[in-house]
Amino acid sequence: MLIAVISGFVFALVIPLIMGRLKSKSTLWAALLPLSIFVFFLSILPEIQDNGHVRISYQWVPSIGVNLDFYLDGLSMLFVLLISGIGTLVFIYTSAYLKGHHFLDRFYAYLSMFMASMLGLVLSDNIYTLFIFWELTSISSFFLIGFNNDSEASRKSALTALAITGIGGLFLLAAMVGLGHVTQLNQISAMSSLSEVIQGNNLYGWILLFLFLAAFTKSAQFPFHFWLPGAMKAPTPVSTYLHSATMVKAGIYLLARFTPVLGNHEWWNGPLIIVGAITMVYAAIHALFRLDLKGILAYSTISALGILVFLIGLGTSAALLAAAVFILVHALYKATLFLVTGIIDHETGTRDVSQLGGLNKVMLPVGIAALLAAISNAGIPPSFGFVGKDLIYAATLGMGDLAWPLTILAIITNVALLFAGFLAGIKPFLGKLPERFQHLHLPGPAMYAPPLILGILCILFGLAPFLLESSLIQPVVAGLTGTEPDFHLQLWHGFNLILLLSVITIGSGTALYFILKPSENLLSKVTAFEGISPESIVRLISSGFATFSSGWTRFFQNGYLRYYLITILSFISLMLAYRLFTGITLYVDTSTMTAVTFYEAVVLIIMAVAILFTVFSKSRLVAVASMGVVGYSFCLIFLFYSAPDLAMTQFSIDTLTVILFVLVLYNLPKYLKLSDTRDRVRDGLLSLAFGTLISILTLEVMNETVSKETSQYYAENAYILGKGKNVVNVILVDFRGFDTMVEITVLAIAAIGVFGLLKLHLRSTEKE
Amino acid sequence: MKTIIFKTASAYLLPLLLLFSVFILLRGHYLPGGGFVGGLMAAIAFVIHSFANGIDKTKNIIKFHPGFLMPVGLLLALTAGSLPLAFGDTFMTGLWMKQSVPVIGSVGTALFFDTGVYLVVIGVTLTIIFTISEGL
Repeated sequence: MLIAVISGFVFALVIPLIMGRLKSKSTLWAALLPLSIFVFFLSILPEIQDNGHVRISYQWVPSIGVNLDFYLDGLSMLFVLLISGIGTLVFIYTSAYLKGHHFLDRFYAYLSMFMASMLGLVLSDNIYTLFIFWELTSISSFFLIGFNNDSEASRKSALTALAITGIGGLFLLAAMVGLGHVTQLNQISAMSSLSEVIQGNNLYGWILLFLFLAAFTKSAQFPFHFWLPGAMKAPTPVSTYLHSATMVKAGIYLLARFTPVLGNHEWWNGPLIIVGAITMVYAAIHALFRLDLKGILAYSTISALGILVFLIGLGTSAALLAAAVFILVHALYKATLFLVTGIIDHETGTRDVSQLGGLNKVMLPVGIAALLAAISNAGIPPSFGFVGKDLIYAATLGMGDLAWPLTILAIITNVALLFAGFLAGIKPFLGKLPERFQHLHLPGPAMYAPPLILGILCILFGLAPFLLESSLIQPVVAGLTGTEPDFHLQLWHGFNLILLLSVITIGSGTALYFILKPSENLLSKVTAFEGISPESIVRLISSGFATFSSGWTRFFQNGYLRYYLITILSFISLMLAYRLFTGITLYVDTSTMTAVTFYEAVVLIIMAVAILFTVFSKSRLVAVASMGVVGYSFCLIFLFYSAPDLAMTQFSIDTLTVILFVLVLYNLPKYLKLSDTRDRVRDGLLSLAFGTLISILTLEVMNETVSKETSQYYAENAYILGKGKNVVNVILVDFRGFDTMVEITVLAIAAIGVFGLLKLHLRSTEKE
Repeated sequence: MKTIIFKTASAYLLPLLLLFSVFILLRGHYLPGGGFVGGLMAAIAFVIHSFANGIDKTKNIIKFHPGFLMPVGLLLALTAGSLPLAFGDTFMTGLWMKQSVPVIGSVGTALFFDTGVYLVVIGVTLTIIFTISEGL
């Protein structure tokens, strides 16, 4: 199972290297990877059916409890098959859709990286690897959305998507850390038995909040939904794969995964029902007014995701069953519609529904696929969508007092979704073929076969739901509810209330399709509200934040060394002053000090004089030379106190410092008085304060009883362990060798920095 | 500062100082010295030479860009540090040869590590100084 996940990442690394080498025109072979993963997981299916789950664990970072625990139960299986199955079709489709594209290898690399992350996400049982894979899906989706990186809109959408889902990822981490803290466990599957402990904990509300934010951002729930329509800038295979069938369902997966752990509590159900309901109705109505095929599909996807959140929020076993079925229903028909849209876009060059029509005459197989999907979307028997819709109504009707309001919301959503499905799946293919599309022809089978397969599955599962019942759907529901499922998926339930509701939905949706014609006029009515949409509000906040941070940065990073120094020194002075003047009695123990010798006195006097020279000299070179004198005097003092190593190093450093200063100053203009007296007094006062404080600190340190354990250890063991007699050097190269390693690395980085700053400056012609 | 005396002296000072810096490097394990100070001294030797003869002459002597010494030194230090891994010890464990080499004394990974430090320090110092004196 590890290989199945890792292979995607390896493939992503290898493919850019080999695809260019292979002269073969077709890239169909790339689809072998998802296909073999699909077959592999299909072969585990019987085991899931019998045992309920498979668990595999690999040690990764056991010291902090981050392990690759893979746990495959019904829910994971449903997602894994969706990811690899639709993945296979998308890979095939891509080979034709982006045929001959310059960066096709890169595209496949991103795509397989995404697939691997997604597989890892739905298989992870460890809360931390769950988070890692979650982030990886966001990152790979960023690359895929921004694939057309020469288009500004594309880059912007990619950034928006990354920002929204990235923030969600951080919330997920917070939720996971909270959960880990409360349960002291890292395995999700082990947490469900602690569900009451978690719900009784103070952190329960916070965990829920963070988890919801993570799921809502990923699954495009109101008010975070706006990144999804933007993400439609991506090539159509990406929209199909990420933004309808798999990635956006990661949030749904997360909620479903944690239903046994966190669910069945009013704090869980309430927010999910409310947010889900708002999203499904809001997005469904939005979908009515769109002209762009992809826009229609995007909003109907958001609405479908809303339905799923809503169903998980209801939380009854009927609702969870409906959710499990609807995930599959939606993935099948929405992927088909997206692929069909891609073909239309690819062949006609437009996605405007008001201009499309009659395409059946030139691409009948595509039209059939679209029709099958639209039927399933509409929930017309005998499609799988009909089964799914019945289950949704059964779930809402079983909600007691709230049954009718919830059912009505579901009906409104379904009517609008049906309309959207017809618009995307039927409208472009019926009616009169416009003149300019006469010359069009059917694209190759690599393009129309994937949607056709999916479209046929939409109907096949409707006619024969028993194919899925015990193998897939029952394990899912068993995992979600924790009880043995007793239900049967069937197409025909006889004449009852649910059937009546279905008929109402289909009837009014179809009527709507004939009444409401998409046009610019309608679109402009919705765009009028753009100013108060969540998207604009978030943009306002983010641009405000950018202004604030650039102002903040400009204030502190003003580019003047003197102000940096003032800031740093005054901050340290304030901290020191605060610390020293609250509770330290200044006390100098003169009895332990040795008398000042003649040499020391001389050196000190030299230092004092040199300092005065530095401050008051009129020439820069004199000032620098005097600084050097101060440095050399220090070396002498080190020597007096028998620290030859330190003295040697200090001596060399001072020499080089003076040389550097001279080199720089040599090129500067003659000494100019650039600062006025006020500045100088300010600087002088600051220096005096800082110097005084450091002196006090030094005296204070002398009073502390120093623990000699460390230095004694080094002194005793330098020769035994390090085979050296010079303790300082043994510490540097042996005991603390790792520090030295890092230090020389830092030195090298600094040198590269200097080199880069001075050598790689823009030539005057390149400025601006 | 291109006086005859300084120029002539620098021609002798450069090899002498370089030799001295290697001496400082090697004795570091027993007596004051070590890779860091040795590297600084070697750098000073080159700087003195460049003061007397101009940077271009010094560069001709070195033949390659001094920045090249940085990765070499880092690599050497890293290799010396990770060599114990091959013998099943932890990173940075000191390994020593059984017999000591004449003149140098006992040879161990620490010496190679220190040599790495020596090279990095020369590379860093010369890169910075050469860059600044050319760039302005």
